[in-house]
Amino acid sequence: MKIRSKASAVAMTAALAVVVSACGGGGGSKSTGGSGSDEKPASQYNAGVTQVVNPSDKTGGTLHMGMPGDFDSVDPGDMYYGYAWNFARLYTRALTMFKPVPGEEGLQLVGDLAEDLGKPTDGGKTWTYKLRKGIKYEDGTPVTSKDVKYAVARSLDKDILPSGPTYFNDWLDLQGYTGPYKMKGKLDDLKAIETPDDYTIVFHLKKAYGGFDYFAMLPQTAPVPEAKDTGSKYKEHPVSTGPYMFKAHELTKRIELVKNPNWDPATDPNRKQLNDSIEVLLGQNEDDLDQRLLSGKIDVKVNSTGVAANARKTVLTDPKVKQYADSAPIDRTWFTNINGDVKPFDNIHCRKAVMYAADRSALQGAYGGPDAGGDIALSLMPSKMTGYQKIDPYGVEANPTGNVEKAKEELAACGQPNGFSTTISYRNERAAEKLTAESLQQSLGRVGIKLEIKGYPQGDYFKLYAGKPDFAKKNNLGLMVYGWGADYPEGFGFFQQIVDSRVIRDAGNTNLSVKDPKIDELIDQAAAETDAAKRNAIWAQVDKQVMDSAYILPYVWAHGLFYRPPTLKNVFVSQNWGMYEYLTLSTQ
Amino acid sequence: MLLFVVSIATFAIFFLVPRLAGMSADDLASRYVGKAANEQVIHDTAIRLGFYDPLLVQYGRFVKGIFVGVERNYGPGVELCPAPCLGYSYVTQNPVLPDLLDRIPITLSLALGAAVVWVVFGVATGVVSALRRGSFFDRFSMGIALAGVSLPIFFTGIVSLAIFRDQLGLVGDVADWVPFSEDPLTWANNLMLPWITLAFLYAAGYARLTRAGMLETMGEDYIRTARAKGLPERAVVVKHGLRATLTPVLTMFGLDLGLLLGGAVLTESTFSLPGIGKYARDAIERNDLPQVMGVTLVAAAFIIVANLIVDLLYAVVDPRVRLT
Repeated sequence: MKIRSKASAVAMTAALAVVVSACGGGGGSKSTGGSGSDEKPASQYNAGVTQVVNPSDKTGGTLHMGMPGDFDSVDPGDMYYGYAWNFARLYTRALTMFKPVPGEEGLQLVGDLAEDLGKPTDGGKTWTYKLRKGIKYEDGTPVTSKDVKYAVARSLDKDILPSGPTYFNDWLDLQGYTGPYKMKGKLDDLKAIETPDDYTIVFHLKKAYGGFDYFAMLPQTAPVPEAKDTGSKYKEHPVSTGPYMFKAHELTKRIELVKNPNWDPATDPNRKQLNDSIEVLLGQNEDDLDQRLLSGKIDVKVNSTGVAANARKTVLTDPKVKQYADSAPIDRTWFTNINGDVKPFDNIHCRKAVMYAADRSALQGAYGGPDAGGDIALSLMPSKMTGYQKIDPYGVEANPTGNVEKAKEELAACGQPNGFSTTISYRNERAAEKLTAESLQQSLGRVGIKLEIKGYPQGDYFKLYAGKPDFAKKNNLGLMVYGWGADYPEGFGFFQQIVDSRVIRDAGNTNLSVKDPKIDELIDQAAAETDAAKRNAIWAQVDKQVMDSAYILPYVWAHGLFYRPPTLKNVFVSQNWGMYEYLTLSTQ
Repeated sequence: MLLFVVSIATFAIFFLVPRLAGMSADDLASRYVGKAANEQVIHDTAIRLGFYDPLLVQYGRFVKGIFVGVERNYGPGVELCPAPCLGYSYVTQNPVLPDLLDRIPITLSLALGAAVVWVVFGVATGVVSALRRGSFFDRFSMGIALAGVSLPIFFTGIVSLAIFRDQLGLVGDVADWVPFSEDPLTWANNLMLPWITLAFLYAAGYARLTRAGMLETMGEDYIRTARAKGLPERAVVVKHGLRATLTPVLTMFGLDLGLLLGGAVLTESTFSLPGIGKYARDAIERNDLPQVMGVTLVAAAFIIVANLIVDLLYAVVDPRVRLT
């Protein structure tokens, strides 16, 4: 009996040892997928943030990409996520694009389908673009300005193509035009876009907007031939103008792109066509996808934040793996809204007490620390954005754990020297937000501000709870944990939806609490300014005013932790996308 | 009738629960619009999806689709989703039935392959354990069986991938689904790990059930009689012992297989297999009623069919159930 028990114990121990060793192993050094790890040149952590890693001009092979979910759509007129926009440029060309280079130069817009950036006239209400000649669709048909007009027109119809941004709906002088599906054969009624010839396109806006080149960068301006438009089914095979075209699209499962024979590099100085094909596996188990990425079976993980929590531990603790990782800054700030509708936050001093008392170091930890979470935010505007100017009105750099004395002074000025009670909300599904609420509960507790923590379902957070002013007020939601990423790295693309009081509606809000007429005024000024330098200076003022009005407590400028297998070539972090630039990637 | 009840229950849960929670038709529609949708777009979407219609009208429209088909505006024109039409996804705008039919071969491959493995190994282990009661094999195999029942598939799945695919390179990349008709060997190689992992979970239950049944049966008088008559031990065990034990095993098998065919949610998610289970999970996460309805109906149909087959098989396994 004893012998039997021992034998069983030995067998179980051996089995467990195999399991444990397997779980602990992995990393980036073992490869069965042709990574050839033994000959890999040593790399450096964060090398891809500032430079091109493994430059190569060799051709051939397949780039294997994998995604935890699916694109919102691959129809250029129906997509809103950064990774979708990044990916779309492999098979589409919009009027303008961000320069695909590392560093700050990557924030610069250049002509893509257009020869150059737009020419503003009429004080920024009219924008004209000249198209390059010689650009063709995958079937060899030449691209004309009418195709661009049609592409923008179809994207206006949010019944058929619901997912894209609404900038063109909001800013073009549409005069009742609702899109080519509802107004069949009436494209000429769209006076807001004119095409005087095949290579010129003119946009007329309702009011001046100096940053229209950013709108021209949206995939919605990628040409769509009217004859090939299949509406909501166009995503099954978008017609290519880029270096790659769709060979297969098994919806929600797999995408295969192959070389577009009618793409002419002479018309496209910003793209390469190195791999023969690109395969994207959709709907992958994220933890397994990360393992395959670390073992070199997948070349690129398509998402906006990089490896998930489980793989992060391996990446950050194993130097052999960490050397192939990049902590990339994203145009996103994690913050908490302070609700002026809920007493005593109608008093600015009570809001400022929160600003001073919060422990930013602990909040940074809640989001995963400096590598996986991000840098401590000194203000709302992410530091990597165009036009960022450093300000630190609450002395966060000097006191990252908070300034209790100043907080108490503000509480006294607010008439609440002993503190008060309020409620903080967060999204249930987000562990980091729960930790944030708990951290704030602790740090604000030091000055007598007592927080009751309430979680709400993520899917309805804005429609039914924190984003519904009536609900927030009735339920005493004084603090609401939140975060926001820019559509593009310029003030308007970041601020407008979260600090302009005029976007606040009955429910489904993106601005949860900021109501400051001075901010609204500055936003209008910045939007109308066509001089980029002056415009950026106004956005910096908006940032300062948001901090001064103390409606938002920012704490982390987000980072994503990305991994590049040693075999991946031409890799770098695009400062615009806050992830690897997909246009240059290759496996050869 | 059962399918009818299932569809009404699903429909009611989808619409009544949010309403009880205070959601309006527009609130419901706001789940199916883009990030930047304004109030007008949300309201138009609610109307387009019919959320302002009475529940009975909405359900009637769904049933009508099954018998008559559904017309849908896709932009440049109107297309007909022919009967039986389970509607269009609120999110992807794809017709549901073709999506489901496309995924059935994947779930079928997974479930049937795993079923073969777990029945063979589960029943064989149960028989041997019963015959060698108290032996090392009995204790060890029942220990493993206990682990199989206890360990969740998302743990055993990830661990087995790490060992057998990433470390040892013994199996193919499961996520790279290859149909049987295209390349049977790659199909089997890629599915090997999901089969074994899933079978590990189920075989445990079958081993324990078979062992218990065999222990009881092998103590019966007629087994002693069979041995006394001089029948070979193999005939005694297989023909007289195992056959009597198989009836409850078969009942359990029918339920398990039916459930799996309706969607092995965890297994397919763990191994990134785009089958019905993965489809169901995505549909639930996105609150996509037409997809949820489709999956529910298909799953219910599979359970009914599997149970029917099992009922028919009773007569084969146990002569006492035969009518003639």
